[in-house]
Amino acid sequence: MPAQRRVYAISGGVTKFAKAHPEMDFRLMVKRAYDYAMKDVPKLKQSEIESSRISYFSDHFARQLKAASMVQDYLGLNPKDSRRIEWGGATGGQAIQAGWEAIASGRNDVCLVAGFETMSHVETWKGNEFIALASDTNFDYPVGGFYTGYYALMVQRHIYEYLRKSKFASMKDERKAQKAATEEAKRIMAMVSVKNHINAIYNPYAQYPEKLTMKRALGGEMIAWPLNRPSVCAMSDGAAVMVLASEDVAFRYTDRPVLIKGVGCGTDTMRLADRPHGHVPLFPWETAEYYSKLEYPGVHSFRAGRTAALEAYKNAGITDPINELDFVELHDAYASSEIQTYEDIGLCRYGEGYDFVDQGHPFLEGVDYGLDLPHKGTIPVNPSGGLIACGHPVGATGIMQGVFAFWQLQGSIGKHFGSDRLQIKNAKRGLIHSHAGTGSSVTVTIMEGL
Amino acid sequence: MAELKKFNKFREVMREIQKSGAAVYRNPVGTNDLVILSPYNIKYVHSYAEDSPFFLALAKGKLLGSECTKCHHKYATPRSHCMECGSETKWFDLPLEGRVHSWTTCYFGSEEFLKETPFNLALVEFDGVDTLLLSRLDGVKQEGVYIGMKVKAEFRKKPRYLISDVHFVPLVEKKVSGKQGK
Repeated sequence: MPAQRRVYAISGGVTKFAKAHPEMDFRLMVKRAYDYAMKDVPKLKQSEIESSRISYFSDHFARQLKAASMVQDYLGLNPKDSRRIEWGGATGGQAIQAGWEAIASGRNDVCLVAGFETMSHVETWKGNEFIALASDTNFDYPVGGFYTGYYALMVQRHIYEYLRKSKFASMKDERKAQKAATEEAKRIMAMVSVKNHINAIYNPYAQYPEKLTMKRALGGEMIAWPLNRPSVCAMSDGAAVMVLASEDVAFRYTDRPVLIKGVGCGTDTMRLADRPHGHVPLFPWETAEYYSKLEYPGVHSFRAGRTAALEAYKNAGITDPINELDFVELHDAYASSEIQTYEDIGLCRYGEGYDFVDQGHPFLEGVDYGLDLPHKGTIPVNPSGGLIACGHPVGATGIMQGVFAFWQLQGSIGKHFGSDRLQIKNAKRGLIHSHAGTGSSVTVTIMEGL
Repeated sequence: MAELKKFNKFREVMREIQKSGAAVYRNPVGTNDLVILSPYNIKYVHSYAEDSPFFLALAKGKLLGSECTKCHHKYATPRSHCMECGSETKWFDLPLEGRVHSWTTCYFGSEEFLKETPFNLALVEFDGVDTLLLSRLDGVKQEGVYIGMKVKAEFRKKPRYLISDVHFVPLVEKKVSGKQGK
């Protein structure tokens, strides 16, 4: 890899994610998050910020073109370099990587990454329509465009590939076997919903903290079979910012910066119908033989997520993620995609995601979930509560993950959350994962504390 | 859930605005927020361009796929250039019968389709074709659908020149249960 400068996160800020913030427009939301971040690094003067990367997903939600320029303007950052970043659901993750590039390339020493979304401007069903316009409008949208429906199609096939064909392989009656496999998947997806909602109880920024029980998680209103309300993220208003700096200057502003150790990015077809059937891009610890019968990625797995993880691990020198990472903040827009993502990023092999949850690996050690979890705390996933419980103001979401990971690695969760319940002890390295469009666009970023 | 209660108050104001065009929202945080209705209606002139033959065929009760002229990758959802090798594709007739590759039943959705819920979506696979086609699966309820189910295409009599001019129905299994069929 060519020479590049080391890039650090030095500060962050998040507004509380909410169903609506009618008292703040998008500019003021970003300003609040920005002021919080600036207060945390008092030695940094605004004049030292050389550029900005500002992200929001949808012009339909914003109802204001050039909204990123209005943020730049409101923060008083003119006449400096700035640009808007948009990459669907992965907008925030991509904005962090764009900020990383501005510094790694040597162009800037300090770059502000800021993102927002204002989804409350329309009713939820209109919002679903706006989001569905991020699917092929010739072939996908007019069929009944609805993203939860698309993800339901994906998890149905995932269940078929990995539960029907393994745990339920001995059942002869095809329909009964598929139904049994789906019930099992629903139970495990409910465990993910329980985990993320309960984690969020200790996160003051989260939109839907809840002492969720399995009964309620399983009994929620059906949205698109087998995904029910507790397993789907909500629409939100919110903003998040991160300040990135080069190694040359980072230590001037804080004695606890966090290194952005490796970035990775992957893509796939926009239409699910086009997803190819080929071979799994392998991690070093996997073998082709193990996957010899698997047609990949099909519609059951996210090849873009696997590609992004491969690149990020290579750049960060990670060869054993389960032992080298201390936590993961991943894009759980659906409980199903959280499970699919464990496999993409190599926390387990393809097909082992359901068991990974059932055994308790992604749960936090010090939190009571009311579940029997033999291997709790192996690698906490979404300790913040994830998208399911924090909310998903698209352009802010990936940056929110970055800020939470930054605080985890600084060891400053207690300071910023008002409780250190979610602080992972001695967390050294974390992974953030941002994801868009049925897995058409994914970023993975590895962050490392001092 | 406090969050939802707060939002429900705001939603009341949103409803009032639908009638009056403007309202002041007495925000629990202490501000008085003036909220107005801001309509946005557009009719786009949209050309199907290189996909046009597919939609013209659809109106005549035919499904067209595309096959790469070089590597012979076969697409059920057409594209005029191959994503495997970049070469041009040619049109071919897709079979009108296939199987459910994956499926779901939507109970909620986008505003445009909300009144049609619940409806089934299916990715349909065809023998000898490398990719899939997304379609509605009608004539069967959630309990009756499964992966591998045989389905056949049906076409709208009066075409609207949308992909929804085609939908699929179960091929043979209408007798299986009294619950099935709308």
